[in-house]
Amino acid sequence: MRNLRTTEIVTKQAFRLMAAAVALSFSFALTAGALGRPSTAAQQEKTTTNEVTIDNFMFAPKELTIVAGTEVSWINKDDEAHTVVSVGSKLFKSKALDTGDKFSFTFHDPGTYEYLCSIHAQMTGKIIVK
Amino acid sequence: MSKYIKKNLDADGVDRRGFLKCMAWAGTGAFCLVHGGVLKSYALGDVLQHQAGHLKGDLSFVQISDSHIGFNKAANPDVTATLRTAISRINALPTPPSFVLHTGDLTQLSKPEEFDTLAESLKSLKTEHIFYVPGEHDVVDDNGRLFRERFAQGTQGDGWYSFDQKGVHFIGLVNVLNLKAGGLGNLGSQQLEWLEKDVSRLKSSTPIVVFAHIPLWAVYPKWGWGTEDSEQALSYLKRFGSVTVLNGHIHQTMQKVEGNITFHTACSTAFPQPHPGEADSPGPMKVPAEKLNELLGITDVNFVRGKHTLAIVDSNLQG
Repeated sequence: MRNLRTTEIVTKQAFRLMAAAVALSFSFALTAGALGRPSTAAQQEKTTTNEVTIDNFMFAPKELTIVAGTEVSWINKDDEAHTVVSVGSKLFKSKALDTGDKFSFTFHDPGTYEYLCSIHAQMTGKIIVK
Repeated sequence: MSKYIKKNLDADGVDRRGFLKCMAWAGTGAFCLVHGGVLKSYALGDVLQHQAGHLKGDLSFVQISDSHIGFNKAANPDVTATLRTAISRINALPTPPSFVLHTGDLTQLSKPEEFDTLAESLKSLKTEHIFYVPGEHDVVDDNGRLFRERFAQGTQGDGWYSFDQKGVHFIGLVNVLNLKAGGLGNLGSQQLEWLEKDVSRLKSSTPIVVFAHIPLWAVYPKWGWGTEDSEQALSYLKRFGSVTVLNGHIHQTMQKVEGNITFHTACSTAFPQPHPGEADSPGPMKVPAEKLNELLGITDVNFVRGKHTLAIVDSNLQG
């Protein structure tokens, strides 16, 4: 028990040292006890930075509304490969995205753009450009 | 319960309990025996150990599937090694298969070097010929151009073809191109027209074996495990006494008999996937390292002339 506790303290100290070198918000999260996990605030922020996450065979958010001229990025967080391909037009088509790979496309014209993963076509999403 | 089928409880050579066990746990290789128009399944382990003599037919072949060369995640960091194990299992069969069918997803990302590794590995297979159909992972960036150049030369349209062996008519179909939002496999009108014409000249007594990557029956549409226009294709095959459909894609064995048609899916040589609906997504299933080979496998098929039964044996890579 005692050993365990010592290890835990050492780890915490190590994290604190690292945290000092990074963003203030992150070190705040550490003190709040969310060791190593970015806060939900950071996750919410992601959706406003026009990023679509591919996770567990789903695009999230499935529907994203942006203003014309905005670049949207898709990041694959699955162990499986996925693609991002526009439906009904040849507007955009990613290469096969392996884990951690990213694809970006800038939407210039207003409209609704549906897309799918050409490997797993049950995976669909939509970008609404205002 | 045995991992293998040991008894014939149903006058068809299949012990249901044994078979279910295979379905549940075996990443099996299947041994298929064509026998009178009905498909019979045997565990490959039994074929190797006990039944080799009984299962000799006029034609035997092996199906492998979903090698996913290039995949290196936790579910199997070394898919080339498990493919090699599958190859050594095939090479150890008492009767060398006349040919091997690979039912798609040779690679993970359609990369030239992945195709190279697959082709290089399969050179050690003791068989005369290997026939391929693409999986959706083989056609990612170029709609299958590279796949067809390397593995499907001289085929029709997007890579479909047929051939005859010892009186059995084999049809390789492509159902992984031009997928529509919603997720199911797709054959397309051009291929359907070709199929109708291809079988029109055949006698109804000709045993038919169809092979394609995505199942030609609705295994689990929510995960895309089915083919949108498969019913149209199967309608052309209704008049035949014996039709066997061999698919991959779902990384587990499953079998269904519907009238004259027996459907069978093979295991992957790379990694297992969950049973339909038993996980949030059909992603690669992580199992303890010592369990992996139980869930991977090969499928062995045997045809006996005049008996009209295809015997299918799934066997895993364990042991």
